[in-house]
Amino acid sequence: MRKLDVQAIEDIASGAALLGAGGGGDPYIGKLMAMQAVKKYGDVMLMDPDEVPDDALVVPTAMMGAPTVLVEKVANGSEFKRAFENLERYYGKKIFATMPIEAGGVNSMIPLAVAAQMGVPILDADGMGRAFPELQMVTFHLNGVKSTPMAITDEKGNVAILETINNNWSENIARAMTVAQGGSVMISIYPMTGKQLKECAIKGIMSYSQEIGRAIRESNQYDIPPIKQLMDKIDGFELFKGKIVDVLRETKKGFNFGTVKFDGVEEYRGETCEVNFQNENLVAIKDGQVLVTTPDLVCMADLENVTPITTDGLKYGRRVLVIGLKCDDQWRTEKGIETVGPRYFGYDLDYIPIEQRMKGAK
Amino acid sequence: MIYRLGVDVGGTNTDAVIIDQDFQLVDSVKVPTTEDVSSGILKAIHDVLENAQIAKDDIRYAMLGTTQCTNAIVERKKLCKVGVIRLGSPATHSIEPMVDWPEDLREMVSNQYYIVKGGYEFDGREITPIDEEEIRSAAREMKGKVEAVAISCVFSHIRNEHEQTAARIVREELGDIPVSLSHEVASMGLLERENATMLNSALMKVAQTVTDGFKDGLSKEGINNAEIYLCQNDGTLMSAEYTKRFPILTVACGPTNSIRGASFLSKIKSAIVLDVGGTTTDIGVIVNGFPRESSQAADVGGARTNFRMPDILAIGLGGGTIIRGNDGEIKVGPDSVGYQITEKALVFGGDIMTATDIAVRLGLAELGDASKVAHIDESFAQKAMDRMMEKIEDGIDKMKLSAEPVPVVLVGGGGILVRDGLKGVAQVIRPDYFPVANAIGSAISQVSGTFEKLFTLDSISRDDAINQAKEEAIQSAVNAGADPQTIEIVDLEDVPLAYHPGNATRIKVKAAGNLAV
Repeated sequence: MRKLDVQAIEDIASGAALLGAGGGGDPYIGKLMAMQAVKKYGDVMLMDPDEVPDDALVVPTAMMGAPTVLVEKVANGSEFKRAFENLERYYGKKIFATMPIEAGGVNSMIPLAVAAQMGVPILDADGMGRAFPELQMVTFHLNGVKSTPMAITDEKGNVAILETINNNWSENIARAMTVAQGGSVMISIYPMTGKQLKECAIKGIMSYSQEIGRAIRESNQYDIPPIKQLMDKIDGFELFKGKIVDVLRETKKGFNFGTVKFDGVEEYRGETCEVNFQNENLVAIKDGQVLVTTPDLVCMADLENVTPITTDGLKYGRRVLVIGLKCDDQWRTEKGIETVGPRYFGYDLDYIPIEQRMKGAK
Repeated sequence: MIYRLGVDVGGTNTDAVIIDQDFQLVDSVKVPTTEDVSSGILKAIHDVLENAQIAKDDIRYAMLGTTQCTNAIVERKKLCKVGVIRLGSPATHSIEPMVDWPEDLREMVSNQYYIVKGGYEFDGREITPIDEEEIRSAAREMKGKVEAVAISCVFSHIRNEHEQTAARIVREELGDIPVSLSHEVASMGLLERENATMLNSALMKVAQTVTDGFKDGLSKEGINNAEIYLCQNDGTLMSAEYTKRFPILTVACGPTNSIRGASFLSKIKSAIVLDVGGTTTDIGVIVNGFPRESSQAADVGGARTNFRMPDILAIGLGGGTIIRGNDGEIKVGPDSVGYQITEKALVFGGDIMTATDIAVRLGLAELGDASKVAHIDESFAQKAMDRMMEKIEDGIDKMKLSAEPVPVVLVGGGGILVRDGLKGVAQVIRPDYFPVANAIGSAISQVSGTFEKLFTLDSISRDDAINQAKEEAIQSAVNAGADPQTIEIVDLEDVPLAYHPGNATRIKVKAAGNLAV
């Protein structure tokens, strides 16, 4: 276990925004929630999942809905206190720790605020190793962990506990409730035992985010070549350096669909690249050849200072570093690919792991 | 003949111009900006009047673009104590007002805030009804401790009744105290809007000093017939009365005025504007005669805000930028000799090679003593110039919205550095009077109105929503003093809400027109 200070929180926010693979929202609001909670309730302890007793109750926490609503209707702060009280009564058991369900600007920060307020550790683990848009897109789901009993709480004091027949129903019902409650709610979901956690969580996400965030910060502070600094810290491939020449966007059913096109710069001059996204980046194609598909990660950062770029921040003329990262092995199973592979998102592509695709690429 | 007097305060110089009713430049002066700002303004007015020799009663409009409000925030001087009431409870307690402000600004501006019941959902439903007694008791607690009040409210852009009601109660309790309402100051994003509103409240005394000082200065010079206007960040004007209510809207008017002036001088409505100074080049974009606004949050004195700011990219290249050559590697800047250029540059007898020296060596400019740069190898100078232009080309490219070549308008004293034939550029325009483009920008400004709202497209069609927003924006331009006959819609944004299955979209419209005479 180790203590996370304010600097650590800043670094985690920035690194997680990169691992959000274009999605997950702007970390600003989440970061302020975490900072205020730490100021008010004290420091947060980060715990390794292996330290969790097998029979302990672990409850991941997150915000669900539109980040655009959250920047206006900021949370009350007691949402998770009420969620935890209700879940604890339901289980007749204390909650031992919380954790993020995904890596991303907002949802990496919220469990930090929860951990500070509830006085429980935050676990160095999550259920995606990146950001995905739907509730069943977690490794917990692949391993048969039920998303319910799930608590949905809002700022007004409403608490709903859901028991559903499967995790897709949790998504559908929770999404409808989110709209009724004003577009942004707090969820406590996929309650699990320490044993389940150790079997199915993706480990090390907070530390990994922190390391990436620190690399980005230090490269800017000490004038270290930022791209090398970043690439040294991650297990991934540099895909492209380019200038955005076009961004096509379309909104369907609450999701931002789009394509961003790049012309190469520096050693990629003369080449082109495009990335397709649905809130998160899903497919990267260079000169007509597919380089990466979901569930492997396509991440973007500013070419000069490697600050992460979310899909909201894509605009003509921006110089971008495109990188590809291996997803967690759990996503590379049959059920994993069925849940978050290219075909689930409507692409007529087979999933081929990034390292194999990169070997074939010139 | 009717005249306009335009004054612009910059970091180095204060410029004043007089323009006639046909928009012809009558005269212009440049004087050094003074530490107190106002004596420099007075001197500029005095000098330009002396040069112009026109009847003072014929000056009907006087426009001021000034940094005084910005300076007050940055230097933490003369700021009011502000009380904050945020309507949103039970929402928003997880992030209290000023949580990420620098400590010194926070201490200077406020120690009094209240999060009270009220606020709206994105679709206009109330989060909770307002509690008048709660607001009344907050106001009573602030009595005698604050000089101005800022009121913010969740989704006040969708409905503003809660803010209005709270303002009425505060006035009932505290009497004639300045009250700023967040929906009138800034746009979406509660915390940024609240910060902007608080800073606006904090500037109430400064705004009084600035507008009264300008007025007094004018009458001291015998100008008693002129309507007074101040320049806003978005390139339009506001009356002195309006400025006293919304001083925060002046904080970035400098770059805006130079962009507007460039557009006017070149008679081009859409272009990239390069303002080349001694240390940096500011690259801005003019769209339909107005500066493109930034989508990034703007940091004002350490507080994050979200009001209208021009989108400016500053690159490290100016007349004083230092050029170094090492084994065929040429390094351009990023450091500069800055204002010491007239001592340090080679052409002025100094010993540091600057971008200006390269331009003189290549015959692009006649400045100082050209014989002092004759020893620079011509191919070295060419290569250095190539590097310099690459920086500018890259900067222009970052600011463009499409790959199409664009016209570039060059203003500012360092314009001599830039050669023709830039990549991605249709033509380089060097207008007359380019050194005083900013003061001209202030003199020719229009007035505008903006309207922004999240519409739920279940109850209203997209077209109707856009039309409604346009009407609101036009009305707000009329209220600001625009002649209805001349009003045009100059900007329209329509951004759907992400991660939300309902059909909600944020529409923002800006309308602008000439001053009603």
